[in-house]
Amino acid sequence: MLNLLWLVLAFPLAGTCLLLAGARRLGHRATAAIGVGSAGLSLLVTLGALVSYAGMHGEVVTQTLYRWIAAGNFTVDLSLRLDSLSAVMLFFVTVVGFLIHVYSVGYMHDEAATAYARYFAYLNLFMFAMLTLVLGANLLVVFVGWEGVGLCSYLLIGFYFEKDWCAAAGKKAFIVNRIGDFGFLLAIVIAFKAFGTVDIAGLQAAMAADPEAAGRWATVLAVLLFVGATGKSAQLPLYVWLPDAMAGPTPVSALIHAATMVTAGVYMVARTSFIYALSPTALLVVAVVGGVTAVFAATIGLAQNDIKKVLAYSTVSQLGYMFLGAGAGAFAAAIFHVFTHAFFKACLFLGAGSVIHACGGEQDMRKMGGLKSHMKATYWTFLVATLALAGIPLFAGFFSKDEILAKVFAAGVGNLHGYGTVYLGLWGLGVVGAFLTAFYMFRVVYMTFHGEYRGSAEQRHHLHESPGVMVWPLRILAGGSVVAGLLGVSKAMVFDWFDSNWFEHLLHPVAPAVTVGHHVSLGVEWGLIVLSVGVAGAGIWLAKRFYFGPEAGAVPARVAAAWPRLYRTVANKYWVDEIYDATVVRPTNRLAWWLWKGLDTVVIDGVLVSLAFFTEIAGDLLRFVQTGNVRNYALMVLGGAILAAAWLLL
Amino acid sequence: MAPTISHFVILAALLLGIGAAGVLLRRSGIAILLGIELMLNAGNLALVAFARQHGNLEGQVFVFFTMAVAAAEVAVGLALLVAIYRRQQSIDVDRLSVMRW
Amino acid sequence: MVMTVFVVAAVLAIVSALVAVSHRDPVINVLSLVVTFFCVAVNFALLGANFLAAAQILVYAGALLVLFLFVIMLLGAPQAPESGLHRPVQKTAGLALAAIVIIGGVLLALTMKVLPPASPVTGDAREIGKAMLTTHAFSFELISVLLLAAMVGALMLVKRKH
Repeated sequence: MLNLLWLVLAFPLAGTCLLLAGARRLGHRATAAIGVGSAGLSLLVTLGALVSYAGMHGEVVTQTLYRWIAAGNFTVDLSLRLDSLSAVMLFFVTVVGFLIHVYSVGYMHDEAATAYARYFAYLNLFMFAMLTLVLGANLLVVFVGWEGVGLCSYLLIGFYFEKDWCAAAGKKAFIVNRIGDFGFLLAIVIAFKAFGTVDIAGLQAAMAADPEAAGRWATVLAVLLFVGATGKSAQLPLYVWLPDAMAGPTPVSALIHAATMVTAGVYMVARTSFIYALSPTALLVVAVVGGVTAVFAATIGLAQNDIKKVLAYSTVSQLGYMFLGAGAGAFAAAIFHVFTHAFFKACLFLGAGSVIHACGGEQDMRKMGGLKSHMKATYWTFLVATLALAGIPLFAGFFSKDEILAKVFAAGVGNLHGYGTVYLGLWGLGVVGAFLTAFYMFRVVYMTFHGEYRGSAEQRHHLHESPGVMVWPLRILAGGSVVAGLLGVSKAMVFDWFDSNWFEHLLHPVAPAVTVGHHVSLGVEWGLIVLSVGVAGAGIWLAKRFYFGPEAGAVPARVAAAWPRLYRTVANKYWVDEIYDATVVRPTNRLAWWLWKGLDTVVIDGVLVSLAFFTEIAGDLLRFVQTGNVRNYALMVLGGAILAAAWLLL
Repeated sequence: MAPTISHFVILAALLLGIGAAGVLLRRSGIAILLGIELMLNAGNLALVAFARQHGNLEGQVFVFFTMAVAAAEVAVGLALLVAIYRRQQSIDVDRLSVMRW
Repeated sequence: MVMTVFVVAAVLAIVSALVAVSHRDPVINVLSLVVTFFCVAVNFALLGANFLAAAQILVYAGALLVLFLFVIMLLGAPQAPESGLHRPVQKTAGLALAAIVIIGGVLLALTMKVLPPASPVTGDAREIGKAMLTTHAFSFELISVLLLAAMVGALMLVKRKH
């Protein structure tokens, strides 16, 4: 089964080709069959491969498809690598991806047949690119997938390209990602320059063989790779594209936010953890960026009224947690959070899609409310996912987020690399973020599903539960949001009775955690658990006080009235987009304008125009030679013949 | 005293020059064609003289080809003159400047 | 004896050539050109090219110039006097070029090494025919194509449109 691994990639790619070729001929039914079928076949192959892989005790399986580049000593193969890390990613990418495909069948059903086919073609291509990224055995193949998801995000975010702001959002995603990609590309080049290989296993071996060179290059490599990760995984300062990415169809947002794209950065950091382990500075950079992003994005999420925007900022914030964990050296914990997050964030986005679908495209939560009675299944699955995101015990997010916070705390207490106080501060930020997360997520729940319906009468009449093809993915994902966390229950929670953290064990050979040295006692760990649960509970209680009951929304309104400037700053996302616009976009535009008007029009065009002018003048003068008189021509012919003869004879 | 090759070449040069003068100075299309014929004949004479000098037949074969080309040229040239005359009732080549700038 | 024949033929050729290019009456032009071509044929014979001498008389004097006469008669024999624009530059330059051609040719003839003929070649029809159908067979075929093209072209040019 494992030598069929390439089929995982082949099916979505084949689906893309079929759908693009037949976009004008296929009906809705055929399109859905091809689009969902290819994702489903890919999922089946994945499950088969994982079952056979499970019996192999964590070996690394490499499959080389063909030699891609051969130039002197430098060779790059198109090869796939299956180890426990890529297996985990492979599993949830295909599962969540498949469910989103199924959901899309219902959600996109009103599109025209051509657009429908185009949508599924892009979705399949997205799967293909993400799976290439996950399975790539060397950095160049990973980079191909990396660029592929960037391209697909551009295509899908700008799916409704007739609308200007959608096209702009797609462009923004692509350009911001390109900035990060440049860092990744530089890292690949430096890896080749310093170690002569871009193969991940080869790079690891080369760095182990030459510790001196490894120490010299580790920080540069790790920071450049992280620049790439900040772009793809939406961290400060390159997060701005993700909130705008909701311009695409909602299932696309789910795919980008949960299963693909944004997890790529975290995956890449875990994949190259052997580099990060060598560089305390790079780890600290990762942790600080992650921790600050976690709280920064959470505060923006507090004041957004668009349901998808809240979820988008929550994704940015959760990705911050993942990097915080990775920065504390707990790569397994980071990937664990990626894993659980994939389920509940996909569930939340698809739930939001269901709500938007029911409200006839309305995304503003101020015009929703009371949907609980109209759409039971959506409500309950949304609630389960929210509880998971808020970190309520027994739900998936609790285990993974708590694991990250515990590791960061341990790094702080254990004074990891001498940056103990910084890590303690970041842990504090993480706890604040957990409170904010619980608050803003329950704000969404109360504003959307509780209270009175605030939309128009016509919309109220239209309210309905979504069809089964949309609800069933929600149910499965909600189930995943409950049970996914049980794979990584930390030892403290079972009172060190047995080693229950299966997930960490699984990933240990591939991405071993950086050892902190200091052991946190059982009592302290339980204290941390109680603290984070308490903080989450406080957030939920506050959200209920503010947004539930007869006085819903009154307190926030008073707060906004009391500090109008603060409220406006947060509601406008700290003016980050405006600042980027003023400092980067507009100077670039102005430079381009000057290059156009100055360099291009005056200098380059000027040279060309003057050349053409001289040609014209020369032609004007020389045309008098053409007298039109036959005898003159004969004269010239004879003169020429005489000259030629003289040349030959003399 | 027998004429040497120089004599023949000088004769050929004179005929060529006279033919060239006819082509360049006359305005009648027919006179121009006649001049061209004269120049071709001068060339033929030189070719035969040189063939004699080198003692092979190549020059004479070449002359034969030149005659054929001259025949073709005259046929087309005269046909052109007839066509031109039909068009503007004259074969004065100085009036043939309708394609001029 | 040979020299006498050459001198007579040469002088006659030059005089009749001058008449052929300078006389106003095209009929006179053509007829004096016939004389020139006869004299050139005599020169061919003096050079041993007997077959060419015969071909010269048949093709040039016989066929080509008769064709000229036909056309002249067709267009109306005496042409209108050449009048109108005088082109002094064209005239001067033309005369100068013709003079250059003559002087250059004479200089060339006088300065080149005169060797006794390598071996007497007899340009009879047998030899030329052999050379043309063996060594120069390709050129020979090419010439036939050229003649065909010229024939068709001439017909096309003079064909009346209706």
